[in-house]
Formats: sequence, structure tokens, C-alpha cells
Amino acid sequence: MAQEYKLILKYADEPGYTPDIECYLRHGGYEGLKKALAIQPKDLADGKKLSGPEQIREDVKVSGLRGRGGAGFSCGLKWSFVDRRSGKPIYLICNADESEPGTFKDRQIIHKDPHQLIEGMIISCFANDVKLAYIYIRGEMPEGAKILNQALKEARAKNFLGKNILGTGYDLEMHVHRGAGAYICGEETGLIESLEGKRPYPRIKPPYFPAVLGLWMCPTIVNNVETLCNVKHIVEMGGAAFAKLGTPNNTGTRIVSLSGQVKRPGYYEIEVGKATLGELINDPKFGGGLRDGRKLKAIIPGGSSSKVLKAGEKFKLKKKDADGKEVIVETDMLDLPYDFDSLAQAGTMSGSSAIIVMDDSVDIVEALANLSEFYAHESCGQCTPCREGSLWMNKTLQRLTHGEGRKQDAEYLGKIADNIPGGRTICAFGEACSWPVQSFLAKFKDDFVAKGAADEERRAKEAGQPKSLAEAHH
Amino acid sequence: MSFKVTDSLEAEVNELISHYPVKRAASLMVLHAIQAEHGWISQESVEWAAKKLELPPINLYEIVTFYPMLRQQPQGKYSIKVCRTLSCALGGAYELHKLFCTRLGLDAHAHGPQTTKDGKFTVEFVECLASCGTAPVMMVGEKFYEGVTHQKADEILSGCK
Repeated sequence: MAQEYKLILKYADEPGYTPDIECYLRHGGYEGLKKALAIQPKDLADGKKLSGPEQIREDVKVSGLRGRGGAGFSCGLKWSFVDRRSGKPIYLICNADESEPGTFKDRQIIHKDPHQLIEGMIISCFANDVKLAYIYIRGEMPEGAKILNQALKEARAKNFLGKNILGTGYDLEMHVHRGAGAYICGEETGLIESLEGKRPYPRIKPPYFPAVLGLWMCPTIVNNVETLCNVKHIVEMGGAAFAKLGTPNNTGTRIVSLSGQVKRPGYYEIEVGKATLGELINDPKFGGGLRDGRKLKAIIPGGSSSKVLKAGEKFKLKKKDADGKEVIVETDMLDLPYDFDSLAQAGTMSGSSAIIVMDDSVDIVEALANLSEFYAHESCGQCTPCREGSLWMNKTLQRLTHGEGRKQDAEYLGKIADNIPGGRTICAFGEACSWPVQSFLAKFKDDFVAKGAADEERRAKEAGQPKSLAEAHH
Repeated sequence: MSFKVTDSLEAEVNELISHYPVKRAASLMVLHAIQAEHGWISQESVEWAAKKLELPPINLYEIVTFYPMLRQQPQGKYSIKVCRTLSCALGGAYELHKLFCTRLGLDAHAHGPQTTKDGKFTVEFVECLASCGTAPVMMVGEKFYEGVTHQKADEILSGCK
């Protein structure tokens, strides 16, 4: 039976747990940092020495930690790309620009347990020889920014930050930087531009890989809030022990944001892959099922840009049987283990681990129109296919949901969506705005065609024309 | 209406600038500070900030005109932001937005922020506020409200004196 497993949110919702440093210290806070700072150099067989920070970086690799922001990229690998020979300062930025629709996990950490994030950040900075770090928090979380500023002040007062941290000679300063309502700032190079005081236009890679040419053209690490919290736990328990949580290649825990039409929407921390989509939605410990009398229609499994899953869809998943042999198992969408790899095999992604559930009361065309309006609003406008395409898709979907649709709109939408992604844009926003359209169309095309046809028919009647204007012309 | 720099704003801005090795990086935070004190960002305030940051004013205008939260016009005393995006829409965000518009004599179908004639309220739809599990959600100024029923919405309105 699937269970919650609280690693990051262990204390956050305990009665009486407060975001101040005294409470955090009473719950074992900053012990991970003390441990990290005290790691002695290790002699290797070849006579070389591995420093404390190098050992932490190795341990993060061993842990198998994958980024919790959306891409699921190996954190240890990301850190290993950092250019450590440039002679330039290395910066670390915490991406707290939580804005992928459906996602509300980082908000819990920031508001309820800010010191856990700060401790994770200090350890990560120490491990990467970072002397200056920023927390980029979205503008719509003013309270979160205040809480973080207060927490930073407390951490400075206890010398967990500042000069000569706990007498180790290590200096680190950290500041909160607020966004101002632009989703594109969640894209790491857009975030960097924004932090530099510019419009958040994402940078083209290559050459602007943050690990080499990031903030002020210096090597920069950008990690999600939850990812950085995990680093603290990896140091405390050891990378190998962390890797035992979850499932192979999908280690640790994840905080799943569950919203939409379930009885118990909320955030649930699970071992990665140890609960299925169906359990998360229907188990009384999690979503508690749909509202009475309703049937499942669709699930958006990993934030609004992930490809939609249709109720009843089946997937062929590669799995290992008891003897370690690879077998193909036909799996219903509700039986997909909630992890990075299974959802990727199902053609979608767990993204920011945000599940939006839609029941049979939902008009699927309206649901997509809602998302397309979001993307049209949030395209930064830098690349033509995305700037124009996201607006055209929205325009088409708005007419489909306002009685002005056309039978060919479905096909037209598909054509636009197919011409935005695939290397035509600087950043992945092009993909993000197309995937919902492509997947909704692939799985619910009839709904779109029927809506357009009905609109045409109604308009023809209103105009006193023959039943089908198009037919009359043939 | 002229832009006056209070000592506290000046001190805050100086502190913000000290957080970055490059002054320009403080731009967004400085604009936030100005808006927090004055309610919006005027031409005079941009020019003042530009001097502080040693930038041509265009560098600040280009971000004022990009970020939705930065305002170039005065806003209502109470700024009501209703989340519009999918989970909130499924939870009744459109009905909630309509309720505010109806109560305040605004057009529920108009695009963008609308301010009441008496300058007391600005109502607008905003994109995902990242609290989808407690939909529908909204903000009044910096205060956040979740699970907003119509009754709660009316209470919020009557609390805006």
C-alpha cells in the first residue's frame, strides 16, 4: 500500500512548528551543515586527496538526486559541469519562482520551514565554493520573501551565514531577490537575466550554459527549492542511504501537488515511484477519489506543460522481472508509478510533480483554452514561433469556446503547435506551450472538431443559410 | 503629484544596491521598493532610480513594461488579484472574478486590470498563484486568500474600508 513518506515535510505541518530558527534548531536544524563543514579530507588510493566539498559533491552523485523543478536532470551531474578553473566567482541561485500551473510545493517549504531551504543552500554553496547566493522568489509571494529575509537574518545572527561561518574560515552571503509576475523567469537563463536587472529573455545554449556562463557571465548553479532541501538530507543520511529511498534511478522523495477535481486536493510527499497515479488520486490517504457520481476524464500529470493523459489510456512499459530480465508490461494510466521514468515512457513527464485531475464535468476544449491563455500571456516574445504561435493557438481556442469555432480549427491548431517546438525557439517554452495542445488534440480530437462543427452549424442557421454552408458550396 | 523620496526609501534602496556586485541587478528590487511606497511607478521615480543605479532610464522602462506586477498607473487602494489558471478555473475562479466585478460595477469580460471610479479597488485576473490545492485563490494587496467562497469574497470586500 502506498504511504506518505515525509522527509522534506517531516515537521512542516506539525502543530506548534514555526518558521523561526529556534524551532528549527530544536528539531535538529543546521546539524547537516555542521557535519558538512567538519568533513575531513580523504586520502585516495592514488595518493590524491578529496576535500570536504568534493566529497559532498560525490555523495550528491551517489544519491541519484534529480532536479525537482521540472526537467528531472541529475543534480550531481549539473554540479559537475560547473567551470571551476575559470578563476571567476561561482554563484548559486535557488529557483523559487514556483509558477508552473498546478504546482504549490515550494510554497509549503518557504512558508513553513524556510531554514531547511537555507541550510540546504549553505551546504550546496560550501560544496561548490560559492561565496554569494540568491533566492529568486516569485513576486506573487511577498509573504514568502519576508519569511526568507527574516530567516536569513536569524541565520546570520547565529553565524551560519556571513564571514568565517562557525569558525571554519568559509564566507557566504545570501540575498532574496523578488520576481514580478513573469512565468518565464522560472527558465534558468531567463531567471539569470532577470536577476541581472534585465528583461528575462532566455539565453541561447550553447554558449550560455549557466554552469560556465551564467550570472554576470560567471559559472552559476540554479537549483529548485526542493532539490536544495534534499542536499541537506543527503549530507545527513549519506548519499547511499538516500538512494535507497524511492526506486532505482528515481531516488528520494517528491512532494506531489494534487489539484483539480478530487475530494482531497493537497500536497503529499511520497517516495518517488512508490505510489501510482491512481493511488495518488483515489486512495483515501491521498486524493480520496473523485467527487461522488463523477468519472475520470483526464489527468495532467506533471504541471500544465506536461502532456495530458486520457482516462483508460494504456501504455507499454519496460520493466525488469524477478530475474532481472526486461519485459514489456501493459499498464493503465492509473497504474503508472509516479516517478520520472515511467511517466517519460508514457510519453509525458512528472515535471514539477503537479497533478491536475479533471472529471467528466469538464469541457476539455475549455480546459485547453484556459492553459493556452496562460501560455499566450507568458511567452516572453523573443522568438517568433513562440510569440506568434502561442497567441494564434489562444485566439483559435478562444473562438472555439466563444461560439465562433470552425470545423477545421482542430487541424489548424495542430499545425501551429507542430511548428513551434523542436529547436525553433531559444528555450523550452516553445515545447511547454505546444505539448498541451498537441496532446489534447491527439487524445480528444473529436471534442474539438465537434465543437467547431456545432458552431458553424449554429451560425449558418442564424444567418438563414442552408444547413451546411460548406456543403452548399460544393 | 510629484515623486518624493523618503529617507526610509532612500535607505532601503541603498541597502538593496549593496546586495549585488553589479548595480543594475538591483533594478527589479528597487522598482518593487518604489511601488511598495508609492503604489505605482511614475516617470519621475524611474528617473530617480536610474540615477541611483547609474543607468539610462530606458533600462528601467524596459523592465517596467515587461513585468505584469509593475504598474505605470496608480492602482486602486485595494488591488484584488484573482487567479485565473486551470485548477482555480475548475474551482470557480471565473465566478469569483465575476462576483467582484458585479459588486464593484466593473466589466467581468474586460481585459486587464480595472479600477473603480472612486479609485478604491482594482480588480484583475492573474495567472497561477501557486496554491492550486486550495482553489480558488486570490490576493488583496500582499494578503493571500485561499478557498474563497462567495461568502468569503463578500467578507473580504466589506473588510476593505
